[in-house]
Amino acid sequence: MSEIVPGWELTVGLEVHCELQTKTKLFCSCANTFGSVANTNICPVCLGLPGSLPVLNEQAVEYAMRIGLALNCHVEPSIFHRKNYFYPDMPKDYQVSQYDEPINRDGSIELPSGTTVGIERAHLEEDTGKTSHMGGGGRIHDADYSLVDYNRAGVPLVEIVSRPEITSPEDARAYLNELRSILVATGASDGRMEEGSLRVDANVSVRRVGTTELGTRCEVKNMNSLRSLGRAIEYEAARQVELLEAGGRVVQETRHWNESTGSTSSLRSKEEAFDYRYFPEPDLVTIAPSSSWIEQVRGALPPMPGDRRRELTAAMAKSNPDLDASSYQDQIVTVVDLALDGLVVGAIAHGADGRLALARGANEAAARPDEARALSVEAFVELLGLETSGKISATQSKAVLTEMLDGHGAPSEIIKKLGYEGVDADALGVIVDAVIAANPNEWLRFVEGDERVAQFLLGQVMRETKGQANGKLVAEAFGVRKSR
Amino acid sequence: MSDTTRMTATAIAAAVRGGELSAREVASSALNLIAQHEGELHCFNVVTSEVALAQADAVDEKIARGEDPGPLAGVPIALKDNLCTRGVATTCSSKILEGWLPPYDATVVTRLIEAGAVSVGKSNLDEFAMGSSTENSAFGASKNPWDTSRVPGGSSGGSAAAVAAGFVPIALGSDTGGSIRQPAAFCGTVGMKPTYGLVSRYGLIAFASSLDQIGPFSTTVTDAALLLEAICGHDDRDSTSLRDTPTSFVGPLAEGIAGLRVGVITDFLSDADPLIVTAVRDAAGALASAGATVDEVAIPELMSGLAAYYLIAPAEASSNLSRYDGVRYGLRVDGPDVAKMNAETRAAGFGPEVKRRIMLGTYVLSAGYYDAYYAQAQRVRTMVANAFNRAYERFDVLLGPTTPSVAFQFGAKIDDPLAMYLSDLYTIPSNLAGHPAISVPFTLGEAGMPVGVQVFAPALGEQAMFRVAKAVEDAQQAGCRGPVELSAGASR
Repeated sequence: MSEIVPGWELTVGLEVHCELQTKTKLFCSCANTFGSVANTNICPVCLGLPGSLPVLNEQAVEYAMRIGLALNCHVEPSIFHRKNYFYPDMPKDYQVSQYDEPINRDGSIELPSGTTVGIERAHLEEDTGKTSHMGGGGRIHDADYSLVDYNRAGVPLVEIVSRPEITSPEDARAYLNELRSILVATGASDGRMEEGSLRVDANVSVRRVGTTELGTRCEVKNMNSLRSLGRAIEYEAARQVELLEAGGRVVQETRHWNESTGSTSSLRSKEEAFDYRYFPEPDLVTIAPSSSWIEQVRGALPPMPGDRRRELTAAMAKSNPDLDASSYQDQIVTVVDLALDGLVVGAIAHGADGRLALARGANEAAARPDEARALSVEAFVELLGLETSGKISATQSKAVLTEMLDGHGAPSEIIKKLGYEGVDADALGVIVDAVIAANPNEWLRFVEGDERVAQFLLGQVMRETKGQANGKLVAEAFGVRKSR
Repeated sequence: MSDTTRMTATAIAAAVRGGELSAREVASSALNLIAQHEGELHCFNVVTSEVALAQADAVDEKIARGEDPGPLAGVPIALKDNLCTRGVATTCSSKILEGWLPPYDATVVTRLIEAGAVSVGKSNLDEFAMGSSTENSAFGASKNPWDTSRVPGGSSGGSAAAVAAGFVPIALGSDTGGSIRQPAAFCGTVGMKPTYGLVSRYGLIAFASSLDQIGPFSTTVTDAALLLEAICGHDDRDSTSLRDTPTSFVGPLAEGIAGLRVGVITDFLSDADPLIVTAVRDAAGALASAGATVDEVAIPELMSGLAAYYLIAPAEASSNLSRYDGVRYGLRVDGPDVAKMNAETRAAGFGPEVKRRIMLGTYVLSAGYYDAYYAQAQRVRTMVANAFNRAYERFDVLLGPTTPSVAFQFGAKIDDPLAMYLSDLYTIPSNLAGHPAISVPFTLGEAGMPVGVQVFAPALGEQAMFRVAKAVEDAQQAGCRGPVELSAGASR
């Protein structure tokens, strides 16, 4: 357990809301899409009109099960509750959510570092609409007026609640990153934090090293990226430690993370907290997936990021047994996070050099993951082969890969187009010999060990070949002749 | 033009289908009677003459084209004003919904139109169906056509009074704790609450979702069965709607009641008005004469139903009525911020009984009180259902009074909520159990007001329930049921 400030330990639990990519909303047949014109994607049900009733979306249940099973949870018979509080963007002034009988319970996530974080529950609920505060200060209390868009109301969410077992800002980020990869892998979510399809709240507390009871926690909201999650936890932990060391007391409350000031401020205290008056939603019936349905969903799950990291690590160990695995672990995490491991593992299986395949995957391909995932393994293998054999240089290889990501065809065509066809070994030998013959003094200095003149000789070959020659091969050709 | 206002739905549909009457004639006849007497009775929040005539013409056109106009062809009907009707104001008799035009029809409304029924108006109710007299309507109480100094009962009082007055032969109400059966008994009509889930609630503006059920009013048991046939059956839009239920209720009426086992619930006879107790015993005797086996049964658990109901129903109502916040539709009273706008809107828009139940429901669901009140009430609810089911091991149906007294005078109970709540003592247990029950006019009681006898059945036991109800009806005292004679054009 890491000490954030000497003598103090940090405890964090994360609550992550994940929008499901279902075709329709949780309780009606409105399309589940992002970015429509305000209040065009609504019906009597998601608008909560008097007399309307919810009907549960079976696809949302299946997606929730996928998530639960991917997080090693037990899928259990579950019911919905109503969570009652007044808010203008909530059409019924209650949220239909799951409370003490959630669909998924008791799972875990293994982080790339090997640390395991427990999952308490992953339950289904409906999203709210969106309020925009217009004029004034732009916050609810000082705006001139507010506008509400109900397009998002009723979009299915799964809320994933971790146990309070995260002990550092780094692990919090790793947890969220790993969770996001898992969610994307299940196909239930697009994992986009910037569009709000993944939202995170952190429960943060500190305690003196050696004590067993958890400290009083604060819930921090409004972190919009992995980076702000880490920063917010760091700030909040430091604030609490400072308060306690000064003899103060942490008050249980909800706090708002301000990205620009890099600090948290009180949103509402425990006393001001809503009494949600949960009770079973009488308009819906028990969800009781049959064991055959659960097993069918489990069987259809693709390999999860942890499995895929293990697979890629094994492929690397086989391909490059001399390399220390710790030297490329970060690249493996990146490649798996971006779902480029299929490409890299495929390339290695087809004989590509593992180190090179992983490096291109974790760098150039990772910069444009959507396009990279569309690449064929064959094309990637061809590119890596050209680089390994020296037909093209590393710099050229990266440029060719960029063109491939632009969709400009197979490596061979791109190389032709870019004029990277180079010079074959025989022709290069003729040119190298000619350059040596034309520059006898420089050649002599090179043979005597003057490395500075090597650049001049290389430049001469490049001039003769109009830059087509592979620098590595030219250097080799000079080397062979030097040792004759 | 002939006066069709004293015909049953069955007779009207037969005559319209047979070409002896036009749907327009029938609708006009109903609208004329309403025009003459609505002023003194106030059955409706709105009379939809144009809608009615258009629907009637559509039926007549179908017949002219040789198409099947449906089993309720040309039958005028009143719809309780908590049923959503597309483009027609639906208020729940509340100021908070005044002016709201639903963009959709309730499933029962769609089914009625398909069956050829003609909707003449939206009938008055206690605000959000909370009450037993219609005195809680924001738009004034309805009057009992038998005696306009008395309440028609509630909450579906407008529907009951409209049938009792002969404005319509059938009407729809909703029954959460007796809101169909109690006004039916008070007005001398048949009123029936189906098994929970037999009729879709989609488009019924919720009071207490786990208890609400839409059901028929009529002058005869046969008409109630006919109307239930038209509206029952699974609906994909209501998750609590049952599948594969019985759908035929008129046909089985002919089977009689020979061999059926009837239990008279003795617990319901100790506190009821003596004339009502006598009515129940006489009805039991009539059933025995008609071939049923009759015995007495004590089910003391049922007497705990009222207390459980007044925790569960307000709890659900407090949540169901949250949405009336001034943001999206209906009344809005502006305030300096959203919270105050919500509060001002609700303070101005809801009447005192609705506020009382919202506060009660909010309290019983609050942190620290949930287990003592709501959870305990749910246990009592289970106990009531179990007690009923044990009785149904020995009996096919149960018999008892519908109400402890006949229709009371206006003002008699409005200032005493507990006394008002007690008028639902014998109807509430069926809602808690989700079972069907029907009130059938049987005799005249105190002050010459009608007395209803109630037949109870287990879940989906409607067919036996209707058969026994028909036998009760066959033995009823002449003149104990509507429609009553209204004095021509004059106010009483």
